[in-house]
Amino acid sequence: MILISMGQGEEVRELIKNDSKSNKQNDSVIIVKELSKSYGRLKAVDAIDFSVQRGEVFSLLGPNGAGKTTTVEILEGIRKADNGEVSVLGLDPWKNGYELHKRIGVIPQGFRFFDKSTPREAILYYAELFGRKVNAEHILKLVELEDAANTYFEQLSGGQKQKVGLALAMVNDAEILFLDEPTTGLDPQARRSIWSVIESFKLQGKTVFLTTHYLDEAERLSDRVAIMNHGKIIALGSPDYLVSKYGNSKKITLEGDERMYGFLKQSADIAVTMQDGTIEIPLKQSKDLLKVINLIENSGIPYSGLSLKKDSLEDVFISLVGRMKEGELD
Amino acid sequence: MNLRRILADFSVFRREYLRNKEGFFFALVFPVILILLFGAIFSGNNHSPINVYALNEDNGPMGSSFLNVLNQTGAIKVILAPSGSVFPDYLLKNSYSQGILIPSNFSYSIHSGGKASVIIYSNPADTSTQIVTGVINSVAEAFNLKLSNSSNFITIVQKSVNESSPSYIDFLIPGLIGFTVLTSPMFSMVNLSAEYKKSKFFKQLSLTPLTKGEWLASKIIWYVMISLISFVLMTATGTLLFGANVQITAWVLPFVILGSLLFVSLGMLVGTITKSIESAGVIGNIITFPMMFLSGTFFPLSIMPSWLARIAHIFPLYYIIDGLTATMVYDNLRSALIDLSIIALICLMLSIAAVKAFKWREE
Repeated sequence: MILISMGQGEEVRELIKNDSKSNKQNDSVIIVKELSKSYGRLKAVDAIDFSVQRGEVFSLLGPNGAGKTTTVEILEGIRKADNGEVSVLGLDPWKNGYELHKRIGVIPQGFRFFDKSTPREAILYYAELFGRKVNAEHILKLVELEDAANTYFEQLSGGQKQKVGLALAMVNDAEILFLDEPTTGLDPQARRSIWSVIESFKLQGKTVFLTTHYLDEAERLSDRVAIMNHGKIIALGSPDYLVSKYGNSKKITLEGDERMYGFLKQSADIAVTMQDGTIEIPLKQSKDLLKVINLIENSGIPYSGLSLKKDSLEDVFISLVGRMKEGELD
Repeated sequence: MNLRRILADFSVFRREYLRNKEGFFFALVFPVILILLFGAIFSGNNHSPINVYALNEDNGPMGSSFLNVLNQTGAIKVILAPSGSVFPDYLLKNSYSQGILIPSNFSYSIHSGGKASVIIYSNPADTSTQIVTGVINSVAEAFNLKLSNSSNFITIVQKSVNESSPSYIDFLIPGLIGFTVLTSPMFSMVNLSAEYKKSKFFKQLSLTPLTKGEWLASKIIWYVMISLISFVLMTATGTLLFGANVQITAWVLPFVILGSLLFVSLGMLVGTITKSIESAGVIGNIITFPMMFLSGTFFPLSIMPSWLARIAHIFPLYYIIDGLTATMVYDNLRSALIDLSIIALICLMLSIAAVKAFKWREE
């Protein structure tokens, strides 16, 4: 697992070097070094480095405007980088875009198709473009679109439209699938349905490069995530690693008043925070759990909703992006 | 260029176009409606006579004779107003725009060697005024000659420039073919290019093996086909229903093919260089509508003021219609080839500009 924290100078560079070395030994299908892209004065992507191994689901996370789409478009070969090196399946995406596109599948942000074409016709159209013989029925089944096979694209729901994109990404038996915010704007059920299709890609051994701003999505699907903000990668590693490194692995939360907050603050050798009536007590060690519960029980102060929680990737993301905003990370 | 991919893209575009009722209507049905409409209005020699209201106050026979001769011309149908009515009031009250008043002393003035008058009431805004005035003048002239015992020294024999006597419908067919060659690609490509650019659909297509050239080729093939179908429909309608006499020659093809390429390129250029779908539509209309009306599509340039007819020469559609008319109506290959050369040159410039402006990927 590799972590890149901006502002740590030599340590960060060493970690990147090690990451590159380990990925050379493994099977890196995407290698990015010192990649930069600016629009006028705005640095959309600022000297980022990472690599993606064959068969893994790699997610690029970040708030809107972080530089995710620019990065993924450079990897797809539809946008030219200003500086740096990019290799996808051993090819330069800008110079060898035509060869690369035969080997990758892409669902761009806000995927669309011809309004008056059906999902079956869309698959057959792509099959002709890629010069492949495909079983349209099989692909429709894989993306759970059999019932809408003959419905015009304009009449499909948002989730079904994204599934058409997933179906088209399967037509050329792509080695890498680039999915740029594939579930944005979808309802929870449609999102889960898309997730199951992405998981089936992973089971087939395909590499998936996912950009999203849904943290739960990344946490569930990804082997590794890179968190991006203001054009820089501020953290990189597996979801578990990032949570353990940047989050509090466990914490007790309860609903209580100022008396309880004051009592806990004075009584325990622990950090306590309170916000909107919710008191939060991070646990440094497992043995602290019993100690804190005993304290609360013996306080005699009324409380409710006591629960034990673990930080999620979302908590880590908010914390990291917040720290960058406050200048702790540069 | 890969033919399989061009045909695949052509097929999906054709389906999209035909399933879209508006596109189908404007591409194939609308031009036929136009030819039916204009053909019905302007074609054939069986024009109805123009109704002209007359009040004959003459006490003698000459007034009646004059009106009878007017009726016999076939160009005018004289309808008598009730005697005793105040004629201008009568015309106004009934919204009649043409009237003839024969004064009470008409016969007397003629017999006594004085000057007799016929008073014509007319509305200058009415396009038939000139015809009515012309017919009345001719009849009055004939009466003058007869009464002075003179004879016609000069007679006029009217012949058509072409032996086969081209009629309005013969000129309308090349005009409306030009209309289809212009409007089908322009209206569609302006909107489509602007919309595909905004929705990043071009980027999406660029991620397939389809190339920019193949995408363009499929659009050109489609619009050439639309124009050819439209050519067949309009020529058949004009010939069968209105007796149009036009030549169907292979020289029509280069005009239709280059014309389609020209307006696909122009439409793409407008859609690509404008910033929004709305502004693309406005600029597309600003280019299309004046070109449509001033290039001799519906009316020959000869009826326009000379300065306006000169402006028509800046529009590429003028050369398409002029060339089609030269080859279909006059069989004048030399003139058609000059037009074709001009079209080829404009086409080359616009195609290069469109391909340069059209970005499949972004720098």
